[in-house]
Amino acid sequence: MAEPRIVVVGAGPAGVRCAETLAAAGLRPVVIDEGRRDGGQIYRRQPDNFRRPYEKLYGTEAARARALHETFDVLREQVDYRPETLVWSMGGKTLHTVREGRHAAVEYDALILCTGAIDRLAPIKGWNSAGAYSLGAAQIALKSQACAIGREVVFLGSGPLLYLVASQYVAAGAKVVAVLDTSPVGRRIAALPKLLAQPGVLWTGLGLTLGLYRAGVPVLTGVTPLEIAQGGAGEVRSVLVRDGTGRERRFDCDAVGMGWHLRPETQLADLARCEFRFDDSSRQWVVKRDEMGRSTSSGVYLAGDGAYVLGARAAEASGRLAALAALGDLGRPVSDAAVAGLKAELARWDRFAAGLRQAFPWPFSLAAQTPDETVVCRCETITAGELRQVVRATGAAEANRAKAFSRVGMGRCQGRYCGQSGAEIIACASGSPVEQVGRLRGQAPVKPLPVHLEEEA
Amino acid sequence: MRPSEHVADVVIIGAGIVGSSAALFLRRRGRSVILLESGLVGQQASGVNFGNVRRQGRPMAQLPIANRASPIWRELKTLLGEDVEYLEAGHLRVCYRDRPEMADSFVDYAREAAQTGLELEVLTGNALRARFPFLGPEVIAGSFSARDGHANPRLVAPAFGRAAARAGAAVFENTMVTSAEKVGEDFHVLAQDGRIFRAPVVLLTAGAWAGDFSAKFGEPVPLVTRGPTMSVTEPVPYAIGPGVGVATPLESETVYFRQITRGNVIIGGSTRQDVFPEIRRAYVEPPNTLSQLRQIQRLAPGLGKLNIIRVWSGIESYLPDSLPVVGPSRHVSGLFYAFGFCGAGFQTGPAMGDIMAELIDTGATETPIDFCGVDRFQAADAA
Repeated sequence: MAEPRIVVVGAGPAGVRCAETLAAAGLRPVVIDEGRRDGGQIYRRQPDNFRRPYEKLYGTEAARARALHETFDVLREQVDYRPETLVWSMGGKTLHTVREGRHAAVEYDALILCTGAIDRLAPIKGWNSAGAYSLGAAQIALKSQACAIGREVVFLGSGPLLYLVASQYVAAGAKVVAVLDTSPVGRRIAALPKLLAQPGVLWTGLGLTLGLYRAGVPVLTGVTPLEIAQGGAGEVRSVLVRDGTGRERRFDCDAVGMGWHLRPETQLADLARCEFRFDDSSRQWVVKRDEMGRSTSSGVYLAGDGAYVLGARAAEASGRLAALAALGDLGRPVSDAAVAGLKAELARWDRFAAGLRQAFPWPFSLAAQTPDETVVCRCETITAGELRQVVRATGAAEANRAKAFSRVGMGRCQGRYCGQSGAEIIACASGSPVEQVGRLRGQAPVKPLPVHLEEEA
Repeated sequence: MRPSEHVADVVIIGAGIVGSSAALFLRRRGRSVILLESGLVGQQASGVNFGNVRRQGRPMAQLPIANRASPIWRELKTLLGEDVEYLEAGHLRVCYRDRPEMADSFVDYAREAAQTGLELEVLTGNALRARFPFLGPEVIAGSFSARDGHANPRLVAPAFGRAAARAGAAVFENTMVTSAEKVGEDFHVLAQDGRIFRAPVVLLTAGAWAGDFSAKFGEPVPLVTRGPTMSVTEPVPYAIGPGVGVATPLESETVYFRQITRGNVIIGGSTRQDVFPEIRRAYVEPPNTLSQLRQIQRLAPGLGKLNIIRVWSGIESYLPDSLPVVGPSRHVSGLFYAFGFCGAGFQTGPAMGDIMAELIDTGATETPIDFCGVDRFQAADAA
């Protein structure tokens, strides 16, 4: 039998551990990654000529980052590594990739999607101002370019990443004006039993918050964002919120980093025709998978935050597990003990992540009730009021129908940033539950594709 | 009448552009109408097509239908009470150097078309290039139709559906018809959930799904389903007025584009894909997109600098002679057909609705449609 062709998409924590497990079984998988270097988002490597030490770059996660990078440094000789390569579409067990304007088709017997997650955003009035970034983008600027998104930065949102990025900015010497968390502190206390599933991580998180207080950064919880105010050139000037006591507070700044946890990147799973399910606890659509990471599409597996947001450490475990699932399905021997150990580890992360979702919920009513003048779809510049008007005038209460009439989700990002907020607005305007509104179908290309392509030599 | 039973003068099965415009025009003639749609109005071929509102290039016999559609498009905003982004920016049909016979055919076509009222201007060489500088070096001739244009297909049929509803048509979406049969003087049209719709007249405008019904009425047609290949680029400053397409006998070479005023360039054509009408889905096969992107750069090399941001397909129905099935049933009185528009039914859609309304209302139409008869395939088989 010829060696099975296994393709891993993504070289973050899930993809690297997945590829490592496949290589250890004597296979040579193809590893396709959009990044210039391995590591993914959370363990993003700095450019070759940068020399900042791990401790400075990754803080509490330095040891994990170093271990992952060292693994891949060895692994890259054992895999067919294709960095800076986008899988823009797929069909019939063939992936279609583009790298530096050159097209290639890659066939597979097993496909393991480790595509990660991006920031989950809510449309705040003024969020499309110059100087408003996602938390992930704020972190990339720091890790990859060694620069801050502004001189005086406000962080707004909720979730562990809010505190992590703010702390990283403080550590890097940037001025953090305030950390504004939409979740009230009481929810954190209620979530404690679940969060204790990973006491070490909980401790790290508390340490980050404490560090912010020590650095003199105002940390407000239970805030309601009102506006990101703009100057004459459309630049960020201040952030206005209502605090937990109902008082309006304005924080002058020239940049905002915002985000409410993460949403899985699922377009490839969609193009692979995997089925989705609505996940009540995170209030978003996720790809159906079994506990090994098998999707409903034959030969397609999922791991990491692209499957379900459980964090980087869980991603390493689910990457290994999905590799074992694929190996087992291809008739290779797989250790039951290894599988059981990984499943147990993931169960603990699952409980911890449930605690995080409880402590730092996605404020869906914020999206649903954003003022009419707020731009929802930044690519097409469509406001919440325009979307509501379309829903009222046409009765369109399904996401793709409302997209067809309103253009929300029709631009470059294809709804990756506005899809969930748009669905909340449609649900609210039509009086239907958000799961009934559905989700925007994934359409190729996953990211914009040049019309002019060179064929593979 | 039971609560689950609905009665009207006409039941229309399929709410694409033809069914929904027929509903509106029948209401304007005072007929009561039930419009049934298995999904949502205008979601299939009517909603996913390229959006060409083009008369030129059609078979000469179709031009009277296309010409009848032209004034409707111009008045559509008034008729529907909403904007469907109709832009009368012209249509340019060109041919490549290696098919010089196409250039000759443009001249002949323009002469014949003029007799039906369609004015075309054939351009070659420097005159063509001066006027349309974006054309590639292989292009040698073009036929320009100033009074054609393009519109947004996602908006048109749903707007017709809403206008029909406002005019009093009973529009039922998410209503899957499982059977239609004639009982005495009336047709009984049965929905999956048990509802019954009754009328002395049925108009079948169900596109790719119409073949099963016509076969059950004893009039099978060799209908095949295919999915068009469509792409759209990121927006760039608006610069290209007309829709532009290549005239060629090769499917893979057939490619066309138009720019909307928002700036995006919509690209269609080249090879088509298999589709899945039973689940109402069509998936773009990536090699078809790649073929399209290669071909579009022959037509307009400058587009090579853009990025496409989205591709899509849909479910269209085709017949061997590339003509639709239009007109009364030859077997069953009160049954009318208008389907199988072979990827070219958008421009003629509103006129087809108008013609079917006229035919149902008066028993005849002033626009010749006999060449689209449902029995033409049986006749061919017999011969």
